[in-house]
Order: sequence, then C-alpha cells, then structure tokens
Amino acid sequence: MVRFFGILIGLFFAGMMVYSFGRGAVEYISNPPVKAVEYQFHEEPKDVSFKSDGPFGKFDNQQLQRGFQVYKEVCAACHGIRLVAFRNLAELGYSEDEVKAIAANWPIETPDIDPNTGEASTRPSIPADKFPKPFANNVAAAAANNNAIPPDLSLITKAREGGAPYVYSLLSGYTDAPAELPEANRPGTGLHYNPYFANLNLAMAPPITGDDQVTYSDGTKATVSQMAQDVSAFLIWTAEPSLIKQKQTGWAVLAFLLIATILAFLSYKSIWADVKAEKKKKEA
Amino acid sequence: MSFPWAQQYKPATEFGQWMDDRLPIGRLVYNSLGAGYPTPRNLNYMWNFGSLAGVFLVVQIVTGIILAMHYAANADIAFDSVEHIMRDVNSGWMIRYAHANGASFFFIAIYLHIGRGLYYGSYKAPREMIWLLGVVIYLLAMATAFMGYVLPWGQMSFWGAKVITGLFEAIPLVGKPIQELLLGGFAPDNAALNRFFSLHYLLPFVIAGVIIMHIWALHIPGSSNPTGVSVKGKQDTVPFHPFYTAKDGWFVGLALIFFTAMMFFMPNALGHADNYIPANPLSTPAHIVPEWYFWPWYAILRAFTFDFLFVPAKLLGVLAMFSAILVWFFLPWLDRSPVRSGDYRPRFKKFFWFGLIPCIAILGYCGGAPAEEPFVMLSQLATAYYFAHFLIVLPLLSRIEKPEPLPNSITEAVTGKPLQQAS
Repeated sequence: MVRFFGILIGLFFAGMMVYSFGRGAVEYISNPPVKAVEYQFHEEPKDVSFKSDGPFGKFDNQQLQRGFQVYKEVCAACHGIRLVAFRNLAELGYSEDEVKAIAANWPIETPDIDPNTGEASTRPSIPADKFPKPFANNVAAAAANNNAIPPDLSLITKAREGGAPYVYSLLSGYTDAPAELPEANRPGTGLHYNPYFANLNLAMAPPITGDDQVTYSDGTKATVSQMAQDVSAFLIWTAEPSLIKQKQTGWAVLAFLLIATILAFLSYKSIWADVKAEKKKKEA
Repeated sequence: MSFPWAQQYKPATEFGQWMDDRLPIGRLVYNSLGAGYPTPRNLNYMWNFGSLAGVFLVVQIVTGIILAMHYAANADIAFDSVEHIMRDVNSGWMIRYAHANGASFFFIAIYLHIGRGLYYGSYKAPREMIWLLGVVIYLLAMATAFMGYVLPWGQMSFWGAKVITGLFEAIPLVGKPIQELLLGGFAPDNAALNRFFSLHYLLPFVIAGVIIMHIWALHIPGSSNPTGVSVKGKQDTVPFHPFYTAKDGWFVGLALIFFTAMMFFMPNALGHADNYIPANPLSTPAHIVPEWYFWPWYAILRAFTFDFLFVPAKLLGVLAMFSAILVWFFLPWLDRSPVRSGDYRPRFKKFFWFGLIPCIAILGYCGGAPAEEPFVMLSQLATAYYFAHFLIVLPLLSRIEKPEPLPNSITEAVTGKPLQQAS
C-alpha cells in the first residue's frame, strides 16, 4: 500500500517537474534570457592585496593610521563608524593622550543631555564613547544627501560581497560612463557612474578626487590608489578588530590539535593492531 | 539487549559497587558507550559521523549558552549585541565564530551520517526506529538552525524569516492566520525574534533527548556494518571501548582541525555578506538565500513554476519541499530489498552514485544560485529524479534486482576464514 501510493505521488511530482522543465526549455530556446545591462558593464573588484590577508597576515599600523586619516578627512562627514569606540584607536598605535585628543577634537560631538536643564545637547567625546553618528537619524541623512542614506562603515568590508578589494575598487573606480551605455542606464541627476557598483550608478560623488587630497605625516605619497587602499585597510580593521588575534590563536589551536590528533591516531593504531593483524593474513 | 558475549560491568571500587546497587549510571555508560557494547569489527570511516555530529551538538550547546549570556533578543539591539560580543566580550569573537561554523559542521556530519544510512541500508529491519528518530532529529536540527540564523537580525536573518514563515501562507484558507500566529505579527519583528530565541534555546535539548532515544534504539539490534550481514558470533565484534572510542577519538581530532581552520582563518566563508547589514524591512536584498545546508530543499521549493489545476505553484513547491524530507519516513517500507548494504546491490549502487548523489549536488548548487535559467530547469530535472528515486526506483528495484552473494559472516568478509560458531 505504501509503495502503491508512493509510486503515484512520485509519478505526480516527477511528472510535474518534467512538464515544467519542458515548458521552461521551450521558453528558454524560443525566447533566450537577455543578460541585464548591469551585468554587461559591471566589473569584478580589482585584484588588490592587503597586509592583513592570508593566514600569516598582520595589520600595518602605519597604514591603518593613514587610513584613519583618510576616513577622518574624506569620509567622516557623511559616513559613521558607530560600532567603533575612540578607545579602540589605541590598537592602531596611538598613545592614550593622542586618543583623548582625537576624541575631544572630533568634529561631531557626542549627543548628551544638558545636566542643568535636561535639554538635548552635545559634548566633546571621551575615549569611552563610540564614534558619534554624522546625522541625527536616517531622515536627516537622506535629506542632506539627495535621498541616499550614506551607510555606516563599521562593518562595510564584511557587509559587501568582495570585501575590502570591493571597497578599494569602488573608491578608485569612478570613470566616465562608456559611450555604448544605453540611455536608461546612464547616471541621472546626482548619480555617478561606477562599474564596480551593482547597478552602475552611485549616489556618492567620487570622494577621492585627486592625488595629495590628504597630506600624510609619514611622508607617503598620497596617490588616489594609495588613499583608497589605506582607507580600505582601515575599514578591514573597523569590521574585524580582532582579525590578527584570530589568526594567531588559530595557529596555536591548530598546533595543539595536530599533536593531540597524532597521539590519538597512534593509540588507535596500537589498540587495533591485533584485530588488523588477522585481516592482513587474508591479504598475504 | 546486547549479545550474550558482551562484557559485564564490574565496579572496580567499593563505592562503585555501592552506586551500582542504587543508581547504576556507570553500568549504563559501560553498556552504551563502553566495553559492554559489542560492535561489528568491520565498520569503515563512514560510521564515524554519528559520534562526530554528537560532538558538534555539544559544541553548539556550550557556545550557545555562553552567547545567550551576552545576546539581547530585542529587534532594536539584537544586531548591536552581536557586534558587542564580537568586539567587547573577551574572546567573544571566538565563541560566536565557533557557533556559526559549528552549525555548518554539524550539518556536514549529519549529511554524511544520513548518506551512510542511505547507502548501507541502515534504515532496514530491524533498525527502522533508529532511522525514523534520525529523521526527527534532522527536522529539529533544521528548525533550530533556521531560527538561530534569524537571531543576529541582519538582512538575511530578517528576509530569511520572512520567506520561510511565508511558506505557511501558501496553505489554503488557514495559511495567513498560521503565519501570523508563528510570527506574532504581520511581519517578522520583536515578537518573532523573541519566540525564535526561546525556541532556539529549547530545541537543542529536545534534540539531545531524541538522540538518547536514537542511541537506545540502536542498542537493541546493535550497529549495522558495511556488509549489512548481521552479527553472528563473538568474533564478528569488538568491544566499543577501547576500539571505537579510539577510532572516534582520533577522527574527532581530525574533524576539529578542519573546523578550527575554518573558524579562525575564514570564519565568514559560509555566511552571507548581507547579514552584516542590520535588518531593514524596507530594503529587500538582491538574492535571498538560506544557509548552504538548506539549498537542496530551497531548490525543490523554487522548481515549481506552474499551477496545477487549482493548486498554485507556491503551494506545490511547499508540499514538494516537505514531501522531499517526509518521504524518508517511509523509506524502510519503500525499499524492500532484503539486502542491506549497497555494496552487494549492483543496480542500487549505480542509481545511488550516478542518480541520487549528483541530483542532490545539483539541487544544492541551484538552491544557492539566483532563481534564473538555467538553474531553474536544472533543479526541475533534479527534483524529478529525487522523487523518482525514492518513490519509483527503490520500490521497483527491490523486486527486479539480483543481489550479489553475501559473505557468510562479518569475520569471513574481513579475514577470509569462516566464523567459528563454537566460540
């Protein structure tokens, strides 16, 4: 009985599927799907590597400090890093006093209430504060940016397919729209062509416009590519501050497990030696 | 149960004897996982994944309990509380990545464990109950994993919850009220998040309970083995401890090497970038995909593109998706071949390796791909074969197939010498 009904149900589902496949195939052949324009012009992230890549990767604190400088001077007016606290900057090699100064002088103050009146107010930040958001809320962010809300960058290198190379490519990848781009896909008012962006047109104006836009104190030449790389490296750190610790812990754990597993394997071999010996006689 | 030659528990100390007379917990362990459980001597490495799945369940429960100490199940702060774990809780990143990747490794282990059962006929008499309980464990694990993925309240969490609970909407008449009841609202929100968290904490312990029954049922007939021939004498078996504890032990070490390599060096490789964007009901991700271990079922769901008479395609997809797993409950009665092991079934072997396995691989691939051609057509073909395999091929095969001769005993299969019944 089970088998009888089983075969009926099987025939029904399999039949439905073969029928759907047939209709789909006819449709596919008679009316082949056209790749969307976005696919034709879209480009994969550039091949760029970071010092933190790979199982032995390490952060380059010089680069992270440069990246922080780019973030501060170029990005911070519109994009927050709300999950990062000023105190975390100590991990980039800043001294306690430097962190205090950075927090106190940050152009956006931390929201608070006036201790005397209870009114909403702001105050200079201290190291324990998270980076204040550049806009009070999404409505304010949209109103100030032609209706596009600048995303928070704390997690951006983990929250985008392609990670840091994508961020780097996007920042350094603005070009003029190619002549053969159909009219419908050309950037409208307030939009900017960028082949690395999913739908090709991005509300953000090119943030890094030319060489020497920032002046690095360590003497590094601030080319467009250098600035884009530095800020991408900084955003790897904001997204995963414990990245290097993870890799170092990983090696210690692997070393332990390797030794433990080899020992366990040897004891397995010795426990089974007699039983396996019987088996060998058969092969001999 | 157990075989007459099973070693008997003898308490080594006076206290052990005292305990054994009152609460024989030592005897229970000895007879289930110790020297008192005679196990076939010829188990291959496919028999390692049950204990491995158990290890990963423990990893999940331990890491999960710690995560729950820091996580806040509130739609406003859930996302940030996860980031708090990643940034400010000491070694919180380790606990979270172990939990996130542990789920994947648990599913790798149980998929191989289920695959072992399918190939070696572990579902056949007298082991039907073990198989049925295993399917229950799998269903519970899927529910647990799904609800766990919702908890970080990222974009994929939110939209995944919306799509999966939306499946119930396909049920005629009562679908919409059922969906609202499940979510505690019209869309996933705080009510849904809270109940998912509550159930996500509860279900692993239910799973642990069903696993105890799974092992209990296993100990009635004892473990199956690659020949499928029943144990006939003492020579066919070795005591579980130390033989299989040692084998399971080193294999767990090997699996943990892969697991830790994953969680320390590429912890997000199996995740989805969109889940690092906080949930936003107003912005739909370009591709909503579940976690990889659901991809085959997701492909079956999406393979149904046509209404059948008055039944809408969505309902058919939902029915097919649930049927695809429910069919496993009937497997012991669909495959009537008296031969258990696929090694001795020449045709079954071909259907298994060239039919079922590629078909599930194709479904898995298509389930993770966007719902475009040619992936939809591919999943339609694979879905057709999937149902045909279980519901048509297996019942008919057991009638027409001529199995190869079986060895007389496990001992003979291993040593080439006949089993000495006298012992």
